[in-house]
Amino acid sequence: MNLDTFLLMRHEIGLTIIVLLLLLADIFMEDKKKVNTVAVALFAIYTAIGFVPMDSGELFGGMFSTTPLIVAFKNILNVGVLLILMISVSWVNKKMLPINKVSEYYVLMVSSLLGMFFMISAGNFLMLYIGLELATLPVAALASYDMFNRKSSEAGIKLILSAALSSGILLFGISITYAITGSMYFDIIAGNMGLSYLGILGMVMVFAGIAFKVSLVPFHFWTADVYEGAPTPVTSFLSVISKGAAVFVLMILLFKVFPDMKGIWINLLYGLSILTMFVGNLFALRQTNLQRFMAFSSIAQAGFILLGFLSVDELAVSSIVYFIAIYILSNIVVFGAIQAVGLASGKYEMDDYTGLYRTNPKISIVLMLGLFSLAGIPPIAGFFGKFFLYSAAASQGYYMLVFIAVVNVTISLYYYLKVIRASWLRKSDDSIPYFESDSFLKAGVLIATVGLLILGVASPYYEYIYSLSNIFN
Amino acid sequence: MDSSYTILILLIPIFTFFLLGFNFKRIKEPTSGIIGTALIGTTALISYFTAFQYFTGAMKGAIVDGVYQKVYTMNTVWIEFSDTLHIDMGILIDPITAMMLIVVPTISLMANMYSIGYMHGESGYTRFFAYLSLFTFSMLGLVLSTNIFMIYIFWEMVGVSSYLLIGYYYNKPSAVLAAKKAFIVTRFADFGFLMGILMLGYYGGSWDFKVLSDLGFIESLQQAYGAVFMGLSVITWALILIFMGGAGKSAMFPLHIWLPDAMEGPTPVSALIHAATMVVAGVFLVARLFGLFHFMDDGAALTVVAYVGALSTLFAAIIAFTQHDIKRVLAFSTMSQIGYMMLALGVSGYSGHDGLGFMASMFHLFTHAMFKALLFLGAGSIIHAVHSNYMQDMGGLRKYMPITHITFLIAALAISGVPPLAGFWSKDEILVAALHDNTLIFAVGYIVAGMTAFYMFRLYFRIFWWNEPNYKHTPHESTNTMTIPLIVLAVMTIVSGFIPFHNLVTADGAHIETHIDWATAGASVAVGLVGILIAMFMYKKENTISKRFRSGFGNFYEAAFAKFYIDELYMFVTKKIIFAKISAPSAWFDRNVVDASMNGVGNGTVWIAEKIKGLQSGKVQDYAMFFISGVVVIAMLFWFFI
Repeated sequence: MNLDTFLLMRHEIGLTIIVLLLLLADIFMEDKKKVNTVAVALFAIYTAIGFVPMDSGELFGGMFSTTPLIVAFKNILNVGVLLILMISVSWVNKKMLPINKVSEYYVLMVSSLLGMFFMISAGNFLMLYIGLELATLPVAALASYDMFNRKSSEAGIKLILSAALSSGILLFGISITYAITGSMYFDIIAGNMGLSYLGILGMVMVFAGIAFKVSLVPFHFWTADVYEGAPTPVTSFLSVISKGAAVFVLMILLFKVFPDMKGIWINLLYGLSILTMFVGNLFALRQTNLQRFMAFSSIAQAGFILLGFLSVDELAVSSIVYFIAIYILSNIVVFGAIQAVGLASGKYEMDDYTGLYRTNPKISIVLMLGLFSLAGIPPIAGFFGKFFLYSAAASQGYYMLVFIAVVNVTISLYYYLKVIRASWLRKSDDSIPYFESDSFLKAGVLIATVGLLILGVASPYYEYIYSLSNIFN
Repeated sequence: MDSSYTILILLIPIFTFFLLGFNFKRIKEPTSGIIGTALIGTTALISYFTAFQYFTGAMKGAIVDGVYQKVYTMNTVWIEFSDTLHIDMGILIDPITAMMLIVVPTISLMANMYSIGYMHGESGYTRFFAYLSLFTFSMLGLVLSTNIFMIYIFWEMVGVSSYLLIGYYYNKPSAVLAAKKAFIVTRFADFGFLMGILMLGYYGGSWDFKVLSDLGFIESLQQAYGAVFMGLSVITWALILIFMGGAGKSAMFPLHIWLPDAMEGPTPVSALIHAATMVVAGVFLVARLFGLFHFMDDGAALTVVAYVGALSTLFAAIIAFTQHDIKRVLAFSTMSQIGYMMLALGVSGYSGHDGLGFMASMFHLFTHAMFKALLFLGAGSIIHAVHSNYMQDMGGLRKYMPITHITFLIAALAISGVPPLAGFWSKDEILVAALHDNTLIFAVGYIVAGMTAFYMFRLYFRIFWWNEPNYKHTPHESTNTMTIPLIVLAVMTIVSGFIPFHNLVTADGAHIETHIDWATAGASVAVGLVGILIAMFMYKKENTISKRFRSGFGNFYEAAFAKFYIDELYMFVTKKIIFAKISAPSAWFDRNVVDASMNGVGNGTVWIAEKIKGLQSGKVQDYAMFFISGVVVIAMLFWFFI
């Protein structure tokens, strides 16, 4: 192994360096507030470097592999994390006082991302599992970051307990596949898996372990409590980055490791897609807390993503990756707005947003665009994301499922519009007064919003992803 | 020279619209009027240049073997359905387009210039000029269209700008009602137009005017489609439906009811849209598809055009006798004259001397635009001076408004067909063509010529002679910006009769020989003079002759005054039959069945959401239980079904 091949791990090496530098910065910098700027700046530079073209290849005897699609996906996640870091800054400053900590937040988040990258690049179940744990444990700490808030602590505890359970199930599933094929390497498993009762159990257990992170019904119960209790930036990290990475891994596992059981998991995805969409939407209907509301919204969105899996070809891969990219931006826009309002007023209930447009028109416009994108209203990007997912399912003749999805979009429209109605159409005497957010937050939300508008009209981006999507060979 | 500069004819007006429309609060009076007039003036210059290039043959491909051709200065496929059927966007120049390129910008320029003074002090001054530019853009787009679908798009835009301009005084309920009425009636007619377009596309296979006017193509259609319904082929039915759209815009009986009400708009708008340009769009449309109209089923659709035109011209002339509002008299006169153009098209043959009707119709369209715009602008000048639309409030104005008086007289003489003014030449050609083809239609045309002279001079003598009423303010002549357009149009009215139309605008593009038919000409001048003399006898001085006539005609007068109760008939059909018998039951069904089931689904969803909330208990041990049972149940399900 020489330096060139080692640089295939450029993203992972970069993240490790950032973690180390941040720890040093925490020690040596007097003014802790500057650590924020350093963290964001370092991550921004790193994100930019990530876009330098890179070869595909394998490391450590196939444990770690990378392809142009994986690089593109890592870049998408990088951009998402960068935006989340930007909307976190003022909140981290606010929570700094009691124990004088700042770098901890960034170190944890970047470590979690590092875990996800190993998970995405894994060519072996061990690597996958280690990556998964590295991705989960820091998030549990982040969820309880607001340590003097009981709900935050509860979120951390619930996440770690549920994650431990799902890890156990995943490990059980991995050991069953090992028992059948005698290997942990994906390509060997794919060749020897076959179709057997034991194999089905193993596949379902592995599936459940990942589905936990994607929040598919019935593995979704932790989502609402954790999303509600965790600090807003952490919730947005969980709902977009963590979920996006897990969806990608699920795709790799199903398409490349368990192709022999396609007949089984197609039906599994079909059923869970309907179940997830309905449960997510029906619960979202009656939520009043915005973060909890977004939790169920993200469950429903996960149900939509499953539609894309069904075509099992390049269209499936590209529609999923494209949807995740747009979903990351849409969610960051909405969470950025929630964060801005929450920071200024400490309010997170839907009713508090009544009359927001009159006092804070800009944030209301941004919030509206984000919610429109989630609801899939053209010409904002979210519409095209959903459109390609539908095309993927329809290309294999699953018209009934597409119809059910459309019914669910209609239901979701109702609750997304509920928020917009509160902020735009209703009047209130004690609406949240005018406030100014810090420039990091503004810039982050602005970039995400502009991205949404541009991706809504720029087709070359989708074509680029499509050109990378041939993972079947 | 490359002819792609013609796109400027469309770009400048739409630019003007956006410029004035987006800045209507910042640009103040009279700047916006001057900007609008200057830019439309530029458009007019380019249009004249284009027409000049075309008629002199300087434009590439304009004349081949002495025959005018259809020239596409640009054309791109916009939406493609099949190899032959596609919607294009482009610019077509041919004789009738080139002629319209003179008419539309000229009248538009005059109306713009006139409005600078006329609209003085109105709120929304800039908005008015923005709408005028929008209208000019749409109307020019309509005449430049290369295919029938593009015409349809601009056709609707013309309708919208007409709606906006009729309803310009939007805080005046009658104006709003009139705008709505005009829009709904013409939209109803456009429904037929659209159906006709779709039928033509489906059966004919093309929308392109070059194809549709190709005689070989028409012949092949004639071969391909036999009689399907009431002895006519499907293409003829499509043409009749298309003519329905044209009849709506051109206010032909029985779709004319919107035109008198449209006079609620400001007078320059009436002059521009409801006298000279938009209302002749129907005539233009029939002329545009003249080959199809003439050859399909031996001109069955054209016969419909002829009789609708003849009926409308007579009908409107009778009503014009009885009206008191001077703008309404002019409105019915417009309807009558457009009927004239329609009947001229209806009796026309295709080529050679048989094609005289087509040429005469276009000629009359041209001259009518000039003198009718002049009449309306003159009427506007009068209304501006006496602050009333009604003749009862007028009289003896010749002393106060000399320019308006002389120009109005010229226009009235022209429309009455007195030589050597423009109306004489075009009307004479129409009568010759009608006599050649159909005696009944000729008789109608001949009688209407006399009636026209009578009601126009009734108007003239009643306004400028008669006895003076007690004016509250002494009337005075209008400002220069208003009188200059009057003078320009009066000059046009005098000279435009001498334009050699038979060399320029014909159905097949070739020259035709024309000569004055002295017998017809003499007879038509005679009937015109008789009409004028009777009017003079009745209205020059205050007297009671007209009152006695009125009581003599009794019920017939009442019916004509009430416009033969056509509006009431429409109201009866819509309110008593459609609303009561069809709409009310459908509304009940919609509310109690469709809405109720949708509400049921909505309420059911909320009810389910309420019922399942217990699942999310907040206890991690419950979650774990669901998790593990989920895995087990899924695995067992697949074991069972494998």
